[in-house]
Amino acid sequence: MNAKFRAAAALALILAAAPASAQVYMRGNDSNPETLDQHKTSTVAEANILRDLYEGLVVYDPSAQVIPGVAESWEVSDDGTVYTFALRDDARWSNGDPVTAGDFVYALRRIMLPETGAKYANILYPIANAEAVNKGEADPTEMGVRAVDDKTLEITLAAPTPFFLELLTHQTGLPVHPPSVEAHGADFVRPGNMVSNGAYTLEENTLNDRIVLVRNPNFHDAENVAIAQVNYLPFEDRATCVRAWEAGEVHSCSDLPAEDIERLRAEHGDAVHVAPYLGTYYYAVNHDDEVLGDPRVRQALSMVIDRDFLASEIFQGTMVPATSFVPPGIGNYPDGSPEIDHFGMSMLDREDQALALMEEAGYGPDNPVTIELMYNTSENHKNAATAIADMWSLLGVNVEYNVRDASAHYAHLRDKGDFDVARAGWIGDYSDPQNFLFMVESDNDGFNYANYNNPEYDALMDQAAAETDLAARGDILRQAEALFMRDLPFIPLLYYSSRSLVSPRLQGWEDNIQNVHPSRFLSLSDG
Amino acid sequence: MLAYALRRLLGAIPTLFIIVTAAFFMMRIAPGGPFDQERTLEATVMANLNATFGLDRPLWQQYAMYLGNLARGDMGPSFIYRDMRVQEILAEGLPVSVQLGLTALILALGLGTLLGCLAALRQNHATDYAVIAVATFGITVPNFVTAPVLSLVFAVLLGWLPAQGWGDPQQMILPVIALALPQIAVIARLVRGAMIEALRSDHVRTARAYGLPARMVVVKHALRAAILPAVSYMGPAAAALLTGSIVVEQVFNLPGIGRYFVQGALNRDYTLVMGTVVIVAVFVVVFNLIVDLLYAVLDPRVRYE
Amino acid sequence: MSDAVLPPNDAGVAASRSLWATAWLRLRRNRAAKASLVVLIFMALAGLFGPLVAPHDYAKVYPEFVKVEPSLAPYPQADQIEPAAEAALRRARVDVEAIAISPGLVRIDIRSARAIDPRVTRYLDRSDMFSNARVATTSEDGRAATLEADISQLYFLAGTDAIGRDLLSRILISLRVSLMIGLLATGVALLIGVVYGATAGFVGGRVDNVMMRVVDILYSLPFVFFVILLVVFFGRNIVLMFIAVGCVEWLDMARIVRGQTLSLRRREFVQAAEALGVRGRDIVRRHIIPNTLGTVIIYMTLMIPRVILLESFLSFLGLGVQEPMTSLGVLIAEGAKNMRNAPFMLFWPALTMTVLLFALNFLGDGLRDALDPKDR
Repeated sequence: MNAKFRAAAALALILAAAPASAQVYMRGNDSNPETLDQHKTSTVAEANILRDLYEGLVVYDPSAQVIPGVAESWEVSDDGTVYTFALRDDARWSNGDPVTAGDFVYALRRIMLPETGAKYANILYPIANAEAVNKGEADPTEMGVRAVDDKTLEITLAAPTPFFLELLTHQTGLPVHPPSVEAHGADFVRPGNMVSNGAYTLEENTLNDRIVLVRNPNFHDAENVAIAQVNYLPFEDRATCVRAWEAGEVHSCSDLPAEDIERLRAEHGDAVHVAPYLGTYYYAVNHDDEVLGDPRVRQALSMVIDRDFLASEIFQGTMVPATSFVPPGIGNYPDGSPEIDHFGMSMLDREDQALALMEEAGYGPDNPVTIELMYNTSENHKNAATAIADMWSLLGVNVEYNVRDASAHYAHLRDKGDFDVARAGWIGDYSDPQNFLFMVESDNDGFNYANYNNPEYDALMDQAAAETDLAARGDILRQAEALFMRDLPFIPLLYYSSRSLVSPRLQGWEDNIQNVHPSRFLSLSDG
Repeated sequence: MLAYALRRLLGAIPTLFIIVTAAFFMMRIAPGGPFDQERTLEATVMANLNATFGLDRPLWQQYAMYLGNLARGDMGPSFIYRDMRVQEILAEGLPVSVQLGLTALILALGLGTLLGCLAALRQNHATDYAVIAVATFGITVPNFVTAPVLSLVFAVLLGWLPAQGWGDPQQMILPVIALALPQIAVIARLVRGAMIEALRSDHVRTARAYGLPARMVVVKHALRAAILPAVSYMGPAAAALLTGSIVVEQVFNLPGIGRYFVQGALNRDYTLVMGTVVIVAVFVVVFNLIVDLLYAVLDPRVRYE
Repeated sequence: MSDAVLPPNDAGVAASRSLWATAWLRLRRNRAAKASLVVLIFMALAGLFGPLVAPHDYAKVYPEFVKVEPSLAPYPQADQIEPAAEAALRRARVDVEAIAISPGLVRIDIRSARAIDPRVTRYLDRSDMFSNARVATTSEDGRAATLEADISQLYFLAGTDAIGRDLLSRILISLRVSLMIGLLATGVALLIGVVYGATAGFVGGRVDNVMMRVVDILYSLPFVFFVILLVVFFGRNIVLMFIAVGCVEWLDMARIVRGQTLSLRRREFVQAAEALGVRGRDIVRRHIIPNTLGTVIIYMTLMIPRVILLESFLSFLGLGVQEPMTSLGVLIAEGAKNMRNAPFMLFWPALTMTVLLFALNFLGDGLRDALDPKDR
C-alpha cells in the first residue's frame, strides 16, 4: 500500500514536471528523430515534432485539410506555375523577429544546397531550377523562389503541379531562422539555439529519452494553444508504449503492435484508433525474370492471395485488403482506382482461375516453379510471407525465403540485384495518386524495383503531368493504374492503417489519412 | 602493481588499434549503407549525402581519416543521428549504461554471493535445492521474456513502479532486476561450488578445530576463498550485462548505449558502431585489469610484478 | 550363484577402474544428473523423431485455426462448426436453411435460386474443418439439397501460432534445430579451442604469449557486434552461421585448455614422454588432450545452453533461424510478442527451453562433481 502510494506520487511528479496547473502532454513517438533540422529530415517521428515546432506556409488542420499557416492567402497563376503567397503580419519567430518572405527563400535555397545533404530535397524538385541547384549545376539564386517584399513570397514551378500545396505541408517546406543558422551552423537545432515559429519551442532534447517542447508565447495563435508542454518519448518497441499507456505514463502511442490489437480493442475500446493511412504494402515482381516475366504468372500469383486473411488474421484488422495500388481516400483522384473483376469473386473461383492461368503459362502443380521471396526482418513480414507462400503452394509454387535486415534488403533492390519477388511498402508523401504511380515509370531508377518498362504507361504518366484539369488528370491516372493492375509490376497486398492508442483525456484527436495530429489543436481534460 | 597496471594499459593500445581496424573493414564489407532505407533516395540526393559524409572517397582514405580523427578524440558525425557527433551520443548514453550495469553488477554480486553461501552452508537441504532451482531458472529464461513480464506485472497490473523511462530512481528498479537476474543465478552457482570446496579445505577445518565461531570462519576464511571465482567471473559478467542491456534498454525504453550496437549495425551507422566498439573495447580492457588487480588483493598467492 | 564366487579382489578392481568408469559410477549416484540425462535423451529423441510422428506437419498452415488455445479436445469445437459451414457456403452463394451436427458428421440443408451445382461440396472440403463432403439428397427441382460432411478431428495440444500452425509440431522441430545449433557451435568451439589452447600451453614461451594476446584481442572485440555482422553475412544459412558462432565462442575454451596444459606439462608422464623423444604433436594428441577431456566435457554441457540462449537473443533481434524452420529462440521471441493475447505461445516453448537448459545445467554440475579429481 505504502509502496504503491509512493510510486504513484513519484509518477505524479514525473508527469507534472511543469507547474501543476499547466497541461503536459506525454506523447509517444515512433522513434527518436534522426535530426531536428527540417532540411535533413525524412521520418514520420521527425515530422510530428517539427510540425509542433514550426509553421509552414500552409499547415494541416486536425483533420489533415490544408489550411493557411504563415501564408494568409495565395494566388495561383492561370498556367498553374506561379504561386504568390501573402504572409500574415503577426507571424513571429520565438525570439520576436518577424517571419519574412526572405526567411522562406533562405530555407528553400538551403535545402537544395548539395552540402546540406537533404534526404528529401527531391520532394521540392517541382520548384523551377531546384533540381539543378541540388545537383550543383545551378546557383541557388536561380531557383524559382523570390521575396517580392517582406510579406510576399513568389514561387515559380517548372511545370504545373496540382499537389504543390500538399507538398508545402511536408516538413521540408518549413522555414528556418536565418540568423540562427548563420550563427550556429548545424547546431542551430539544439535547445537554446533553436528559434522556431510554430506553436512550441524546443526546451530539452535528450537522445532516445525525451524531447520537451514548451508553448511559444510569440506564436500568433498562442492563446488557443491549450497544452503548455509536450514531452515526446521515443518508443522503438511498440509493446513498451502500450504498457506505458496502460500504466498512465503516456497519453498517446503513435503505433501499436499488430498482434496485440484484438486484446487492446477488447480492453480499451474506443481508445484504440485504427484509421486508413496513405500507404500500400506490396510485393515487387521482377519483370526480367523468366517465369515472372509472364503476365499470366503474375496475375495468378496476385489472384490467389487471400488478402482478407492477411488483413484480419495476421494484421488483426489493422491493414485493409488492397484491390489496387493507390490507396482509397487519396486526394486528386475523383473516381478512385479502377475496379478489378476478380477481387469481387470468391476465393475458390479465384484459385481456379489462377490455376488455369498458371497452366496456360506452362506451370502449375505438375510443373512446379521455385520463387525466391525476399523480405526484410520483421515478425509481421515473416508471418505474411509464410501465409502467402502457403497460398502460392496451390499453384505449384515453392517459395524460398531470403531475409535480410532492412539496410541490406533495400540496398539489394536499389542496386538492381537479382531477385524474384521482394516485399516493400510505400507511404505517400502527399495525397496524390501520382505519388504512387510514378514509382514504376521506366526511368524511375530508385523505385522501379520491378524493372517495369511499358512505354504506354510512361506516356500516360507524362500526359497526366501536363494536364492541369484535375478531373481529366484523374482519368488519365486511372488509365495508368489500370495498366498497372494488368501488368502488375507490384502486387498490391494491403493498404496501411495508422494505429494509435489515445487516452480518453486527450481531446481534439481526429483520425485522418495523413495521421497528423498537431499538438496545438489538442487539449487534455482533467481526470 | 602500478607499473604492471601501466604496462597492461600501454599494451592495450595495439589491441585497440587492431580492433578498430577489424571493425572498420568488417562494417564496410556488410551489404547496404547508412542511407538505404525503406524508401530509396533519389540518385542526386544520395550523391550529395555520400559527398557530405566523405563516403565517395576511397576506403583507405576514409580509414586514414577516421584514425586521424580518432587520435584527436573525434569519432566523427553519426550517419543516422545527424545533429550529433558520435562522442556526444556516447557521452549521453554511457552514464546511463554504466549506472545501470554497475547497479546490476553490484546487486548480482551481493545477492548471488549471499544465495550461494546460503546454499553451500545448507548443502543438500531444502534451501540448497531452492537456491539451485531458482538460480538455474534465472539462467534458462531469456531476459526478453523476464523484462516485459516484470514491466507488465509491477507497472501495468500492480502499478507499483514505472513501466519505462529514465531519470527517476524508481525507473531504475525493474531494468536493474531484469538485467541482474541471470547474473545473480550464475554467481550464486559459482559461489556455492567454491564455498563447498572452501568449507572442506584444510585451513577452514583447522580454524574450526581451533574452535573459532562458525560465523567467523565462514566470513573470514571460507567466503574469502569462495568469492574468488565470482570475481574472476566479473569480466564475462560485464560482457553479459552489456548484451543484456540491449534487450533491457529496448523493453524499458532507456537511453543507454546498448541499443546503438544493434541499431548502429542494422542502420549501417558506421561511425556510431565504431564508437561503441571502441568504447566497449576500452571498457573490457580496463575492466579486466581491475578484475586482475582485485584478484591479487583477494588472493595472496597471486602477485603482479 | 553362490556367494563363494566373490570377485577375487574387489579392492584391486576398484583401484584399476578408469577415470571414466569412476565418473560414470559417481554420475549414476547423482539423482539430479541422472534425471537430467534421461530428460536430455528424451528431448533429443523428441527432436529427432518427434516431427516424424507429430500429428501435423510443422509447416502446415490451418487458416481457420489461428492462435487457438491448447486443448485436449479436438478442433473444430462445437461452436465453431456452424459459423464455419455457413461461411464456406456463403462463398458458394447458396442459402443455408438448417445445420445439424452429430458427432463426426454435419448435415446441412441448402437452397438456391438456381439448380444446385454438385461441385458445391468443394467449398466445404476446402475448409480444414470438413472432409469428404457429399450431396446426400437433392430435391426434385434440384434447387434444394442436403449436404453431408465429416467433421475433422484436429488436435492442437499446445495451440497454434500466429498463422495457424500446430505449436506442438513446431516445438518438436525447434528442439531439433536448437539442439543441432547448440551441438554444432559447441563442437566447432571445442575443436578450435582445444587445439589452440593445447598448442599454446604446450609450446609455451613466445608462441604462447602471442597466441594468448590474439585471444585477448578477440575478447575485447564486442561479441554482439561480431555476431550481428556474421548474421548479415551468413544470414541465409544457419549451419554456417553457427559454425561462425563457434568460431567466436572458442576463446574461453582455449584459455581453460591452455591452463590445464600448462599444469599437465609439469607432470611426470609428460616429461617422461618428452625425455623418450616423443614428438610434440604426439604428446599433445596422446597425453595432453585426453587429460583435458573431463574439463572440456563439463564446459561443453554449459556451453550448449549458452549457444541456445544466444540464438534466442538473435531471434529476439529478428536475426534468428528462417522460415519455415524454427528454433526454440524463435518460438519464444514470437511468444513474447504475443504473451498478452496468446500466453500459451510463450508458455510452451519457454517451458521446453527451461526444461532443456535445466537438464543441461544439472548434467554439467553432475559431471563436474563426478570428474572432479580433488574429490577422489
